[in-house]
Amino acid sequence: MKATFDVARLREEFPVLRRSQRGKPLVYLDSAATAQKPRAVIDAVSDFYANHYASIHRGVYELSETATQMFEDAREKLRTFLGAREAREIVFVKNATEAINLVARTFGRQNVGPGDEVLLTAMEHHADIVPWQMLCEERGARLRVTPIHDSGELDLEAFETLLSDRTRIVGVAHVSNVLGTINPVRELVALAHERGVPVLVDGAQAAPRIPLDVRALGCDFYAVSGHKLYGPNGIGALYARAELLETMPPFLGGGSMIESVSFEKTTYAGIPARFEAGSPNSEGAVGLAAALDWLFGLGMTNVARHEAELLAWATELLDAIPGVRIYGRAAAKTGVLSFTLDGVHPHDVGTVLDGEGIAIRAGHHCAQPLMERYGVPAMARVSLGVYNDHADLERLAHAVRKTAEMFR
Amino acid sequence: MSDLRELYQTTILDHNRQPRNFRVPAAANRSATGHNPLCGDRVSVHVELEDGVVKDVGFQGNGCAISTASASLMTQAVKGKPVADVRRLFDAFHALVTSDPRREIDPDGVGKLAVFAGVREYPVRVKCATLAWHTLRAALDGGGATVKTE
Repeated sequence: MKATFDVARLREEFPVLRRSQRGKPLVYLDSAATAQKPRAVIDAVSDFYANHYASIHRGVYELSETATQMFEDAREKLRTFLGAREAREIVFVKNATEAINLVARTFGRQNVGPGDEVLLTAMEHHADIVPWQMLCEERGARLRVTPIHDSGELDLEAFETLLSDRTRIVGVAHVSNVLGTINPVRELVALAHERGVPVLVDGAQAAPRIPLDVRALGCDFYAVSGHKLYGPNGIGALYARAELLETMPPFLGGGSMIESVSFEKTTYAGIPARFEAGSPNSEGAVGLAAALDWLFGLGMTNVARHEAELLAWATELLDAIPGVRIYGRAAAKTGVLSFTLDGVHPHDVGTVLDGEGIAIRAGHHCAQPLMERYGVPAMARVSLGVYNDHADLERLAHAVRKTAEMFR
Repeated sequence: MSDLRELYQTTILDHNRQPRNFRVPAAANRSATGHNPLCGDRVSVHVELEDGVVKDVGFQGNGCAISTASASLMTQAVKGKPVADVRRLFDAFHALVTSDPRREIDPDGVGKLAVFAGVREYPVRVKCATLAWHTLRAALDGGGATVKTE
């Protein structure tokens, strides 16, 4: 399989890739934490401030109308990107974390009561654990966790057993930020829906890596972060089926989310405005729209193919190094490769690689329960982006070998 | 690689491979646990304190090379010293690893611990180097609580 876009040319579009780290050309292998930004995104944000910036949804003048239009165009782009039916099913938030908190605080509070259960998986990011844990504590409900196999694949039989008549919502990562596993969301949704249980999908890692279609997945909620999608920081989106969104109470109160306010009573706006209190991150939305346009240009199928090919190559290179242990061997896997090197702490691996100009993540990856599951305090994680190429991976493998020699 | 050798000096690699005083002294009467939430590393320090002197000291736990070697070298450096000297050494060591990397170091103040000067170039690793020291101080203060680096 060959990537169907020109990676060398594409790299030119990322200014940061021209810089060095510790005196060596930068190899950026931490895109699962946050992706670097193409010139198109940087320019879109700057152009918005230079030429189109004003308050949105409020102004009675042309400048504000343009800014509002750009903001709403971004919502429409997200609708297309996620495969939603209507733009009003897209709520702008800060990031996937806020999206999940929004659902837990509104839909969760409304539907989860004493003795009820929230069903998650052992590979969730803290962002898809802690909001539910807070909800369960508040409501006297119980958190249940679907175990995983050593391969990093979900135990589907256990999932089915754990779905009970007390389950009120299921939370699952589409792609694990540590194991790279692509979870069978469509099947999980079908199983949950058979019992009338809605499903929230944490799409933070999947959105930048594989083509999405929330209607085909059938999920009820889908959370994404703009900064992992090559877009700006501080902007993200929650997709929620309109029928559910309509029934949900507001999240934060303030301007924009109201219909009318008096000191006696406030009536709330319709969706999605009801969930967007206060002045929104409009430059973030406009920047994210530019990122999505840019991704549409590449084609998500091509992006997925590129990452699959690089992942296979990275796996082969690291497997050939004595002492390397790779965590997560799911048949359906993408973009992320976590490993340890025998006798060397992941932080030391990270520091030696840093010295070689290579940026990776070392630590618990906001998935402490998963570290426990594999019996390690931390892992080193390589994660891929559209700009990575074979040369990056050769330098990675060389540096990992060097690390092993140094600590021998 | 020259910079890295500066950080991972032979002494550090040696103490990481074979940590000294990696034990709980039988007569330990003070101890504390340290936790670095950033990396999940944990270390416990156990002290036998007698008449204001660190008669014996050991540590347990696992972490990166910097934190393991720092704990190991610390136990050697403080064993037999009066508490007041240990506190002064803590201050000198802390000043060393957080000082401006361009500044010349004064090896007299910290002795063998000067091998950690390379940490100055890696601010994110300062916590690794100081975790055992913070934990030791907590043990001497008699807290018994878990120390966090953040």
